[in-house]
Order: sequence, then structure tokens, then C-alpha cells
Amino acid sequence: MSTGNALSAKRVRRRRVPAALLAPAVIGLAFLILPLAGLLARAPWTELPARLAEPEMLAALRLSLLTATAATALSLLFGVPIAWLLARGEFPGRSVLRALVTVPLVLPPVVGGVALLLVFGRNGIVGSWLYERFDITIPFSTTAVVLAMTFVSMPFLVVSVEGALRGADLRFEEAAATLGAGRWTVFTHVTLPMVAPGVLAGAVLCWARALGEFGATITFAGNFPGRTQTMPLAVYLALQSDLEAAIVLSLILLAVSVIVLASLRERWTAAP
Amino acid sequence: MSTAAARITAALARTASRLPLAAALITPRRSRGAASTRARRCAATRPLAAAVALATALLALTACAPDAEEDADNTVTVFAAASLTKAFTLIADQFEEEHPRAGIVLNFGGSSTLATQITEGAPGDVFAAADETTMAGVVDAGAAADPETFARNQLVIAVPEGNPEGITGLHDLVGLLVAVCAEEVPCGAAARTAIEASGASITPSTYEPDVKATLAKLAINQVDAALVYRTDAMAAHGAVDAVEFPESDSAVNAYPIALLDEATSPNLAAEFIAHVQSDAGQAVLEAEGFQRP
Repeated sequence: MSTGNALSAKRVRRRRVPAALLAPAVIGLAFLILPLAGLLARAPWTELPARLAEPEMLAALRLSLLTATAATALSLLFGVPIAWLLARGEFPGRSVLRALVTVPLVLPPVVGGVALLLVFGRNGIVGSWLYERFDITIPFSTTAVVLAMTFVSMPFLVVSVEGALRGADLRFEEAAATLGAGRWTVFTHVTLPMVAPGVLAGAVLCWARALGEFGATITFAGNFPGRTQTMPLAVYLALQSDLEAAIVLSLILLAVSVIVLASLRERWTAAP
Repeated sequence: MSTAAARITAALARTASRLPLAAALITPRRSRGAASTRARRCAATRPLAAAVALATALLALTACAPDAEEDADNTVTVFAAASLTKAFTLIADQFEEEHPRAGIVLNFGGSSTLATQITEGAPGDVFAAADETTMAGVVDAGAAADPETFARNQLVIAVPEGNPEGITGLHDLVGLLVAVCAEEVPCGAAARTAIEASGASITPSTYEPDVKATLAKLAINQVDAALVYRTDAMAAHGAVDAVEFPESDSAVNAYPIALLDEATSPNLAAEFIAHVQSDAGQAVLEAEGFQRP
């Protein structure tokens, strides 16, 4: 991938893959790819164009792309500073804080959705205040979808950016500081460009996780076509009545996400 | 050489096909259930994806070896709609008391999910669905025949205990936060029919994937009312009140039951179906809020 010169490229080519690595890699790949092949084999290809034109399908796809992107933007806005705090900050309880940030990774999404309801629901601490002061109700709205997605996907970004920050060479930041750059200038002009691949990789992971979000969304935002019904919710409901429709929806979601992720990787991320 | 290899592969595939993949979804009701269920599955041959054959062959062999000689014909596996959970658990207890050598294994889930499992080859003896459309799908797929209606269920308006909004009918729901089932599932189809019959311009806040999720939105106090089956409102044990409304008469769900073609113990399964339809079985269903067919 990032083999800089011809010499190392040649060395890589000559190196044979050990059988002890190749065998499990092939089995693992088969395990990851076979379910996809199963979907492709059962797909009703002739119905595909008609399904693609269905307004409900388009609404769900549009909503999914929109909310996943919004959740990624929110995660970048808040997650990068969190990652900086965890990697560079010196304060007691940092390891506890790091563990807390990754809680959504292990929490079943449905539980996350219930927790969000208890805070932002109409009886929740924040939710009831928002309702009384500003007449805002969050559950069952598109905002709720974005919040649910942000909750489950931001940890991916934080973990990825924190790793990049820890791997970055501190001496560049120190050199910039001795040359008179302020702390904010150092962050924007030195630190951020250095960890950009990590930030992008984290954002991609975050976006992909948000796109596939189901449990927290259906619990916190409910299911309303055009407003909170994202593609995974549409797939699950289609499964109740029409297996083939569910397969078509899954394939469309898969195709769109693979296209977006592949093109992003090609263009911006050199990181593995 | 090649024929020997083919024979071994076929043997492996055959053994693997006996592995209780679907049984993982089945809740054994008795302590001895786990072992005996496995024995039943091992005795039954079912077509399963050959892809899993090699990976699972060893496991299947060890799983089948100890009690393969057990009688294969006294366990009935029943696939039943989630709304039947309590009633069928009680009915199965009754049946097992009457038939000491018989064992009932119950697998509860959404009717549509169960139907998919059955048509995809999950091994079972009896299917009890929450609506006729789902059963028709299984019959059309050739997996069952001659379904009979054994119970009916009706929608009610579930409201918080004490009915704080003073709801008396569908028209009182206009402007409130209401949860209903999605139209893809039976209770959602019934809700739509009832709302259309009432002419009330109700805009639900959410279309939930199943009746339990719909009721849960009320239980965690995010909606003012939910349209659910009477049986589900009753099963909430007083945490919610059920408001009956006349339009639900136009959307009564019939519950059909049928013997599956792939049944491994068809005689006992037929006896179980008869028991569900008997006075004893019907009394249990009525106590849970169902109506007679």
C-alpha cells in the first residue's frame, strides 16, 4: 500500500505469504463474503429497477445518507476534541473517561436507545426542559435519528483519532511552539494535518456504523416513513412481509455504502 | 477413490443436516428439553445448506452420538406467534400432563419471522400464526395444509394506568402521540383498517415493527396511547388500561393453526392441535383475552 520506493516494493513481491496466515485469511474472507453472495444469489434482479423507483425506498435512502452524514459531522465536531483531551490532556481520571467514551461500543444499541429516551424523552432530564422552555420534542423526529446514530458511532471516531494522535510525533508540535505559534495555531496547522488520515479513517468508520444503525434508532426515534425510517428500518419491516423486497433494499444500501467508502478511500485515505 | 470421497462428503452433509441450527432458536421448556430436542433433531433429516456441512460435521457427530437411540416420536415442536406466548405455555403444560410421555417444544416469534423460518426449512410440527395472510404464505409454499382458526384477537387502545387523557374511543386520539404497529405486520394492518373505519384523522408518531414494541413505547411513557391487541394490554398486568372501541370489530384477527408437512411426529402434533381447540384449551385462551373462533 504505502511502499515508498521501488526497492521495498520488490522485497514485498518476493516475500511469500506463509501458509499459516494464508489459510485462516482465506477462511475468514469466505466467511465475510459468503453471506453477501447469498444475498446476491437470492436477489430478484428483474424487480430491481421498479424497486429503485419506489418513493418510499428513495425517501429511506435519502434519509439514511443525510442522517449518517449529519451524525458524522457531529462526531467530528465533538469527537476530535474528545480524542485530543484523551491523548494530550493531563488530568486525573483520564483512563476512566476513556472507558466511558467507549461504552456505546459495547452497549447493545437498543439499550442505548432506551438510555437516550430517558434523557431526551419527554420525561427525561433534558427532554422535559427542552419541551417546557422551547416546545421541542426530540423522540420520533429526524433529530432523534441523528442523535441515536451519533451516540453509537462517535466512539469509533474518538478511538481512531486518539490512536493517530498518540502515534504522531510530538516534536513537530514543540518546534512550532518554539517558533511562536499559539496553541490553536499548532493544533490547526500542525497536529490536525499530521493526524488527518486517522481522522478520515475514523470518519469513514463512523459514517458506516451510522448508516447501518438500527437498534438505537427504532427505540429512540421510532419508525415513521420519510421522517425516521432509515434503510435498516425499512429492511427490517420489509422482512416481515416480503423477503425479496428486504433483499433488494439491503443490496441497495450495500451498493451505495460500498461505492461511497471505496471512492473515499481511493481519494483521501492512504491509511490502512 | 473419488466415489469413496463422495460417499464421505455425502455422509458429512447428511450428518450436518441433522444439526439443530433452527433448534438454537427454540426454547426448550423443560430441563431435559435441551438434550432431548437435540436427539429429535438428530433423528430427523432436513435439507440444510451444504456449505455448513464440513464445518459442522464434527460437532453434529458428537452431538448425536450419546442418545441417538431415543424414540423420535414423542416431541412436538410448535412455532407460535409471540402474542400466544402465555396461553400456549399453559396449554402445553396441560397437554404434557395428559400425555406424560410427550414433550412440547415451543418456539415463539413474530408470525412473519416464523413463517420465513418454516419455509426456509426449520424443523417443526405445528404452526400457529397471528393472522391468516401469514398462514396462507406457508400453505402456498407447500409447508402446511388445511389451517383451522382456533382463536380471534381484537385491538384495544392501551393507555397509561388510570387513563389520564380520558380516552374513550379512536376520535379522542386526534392530536395525541400515538404508537401503532407497522402495516407490514398483522396488528398494523388491523390498526389501519380500524382507523379507516372510524374516519378519525389520526397521525401516529411511530409505526413499530411488532405489537410488543408498540406497547413498550407506551410503557416508557413516550406516547399517550398505543393500538395493541387486547391480549397484550392484559398481559401488561395493570400497568396499562385497555379502552375498547367499536371500530375494532371491523379488524378482528383470526389465528390459524396447522400441521406442518415436515412434521416428525404428526400423530401427536394432531392431538396437540385438537387440544388447543378443545374446551380446556379454549378456556386458557379466553382467560388470556382471546375470543373463540
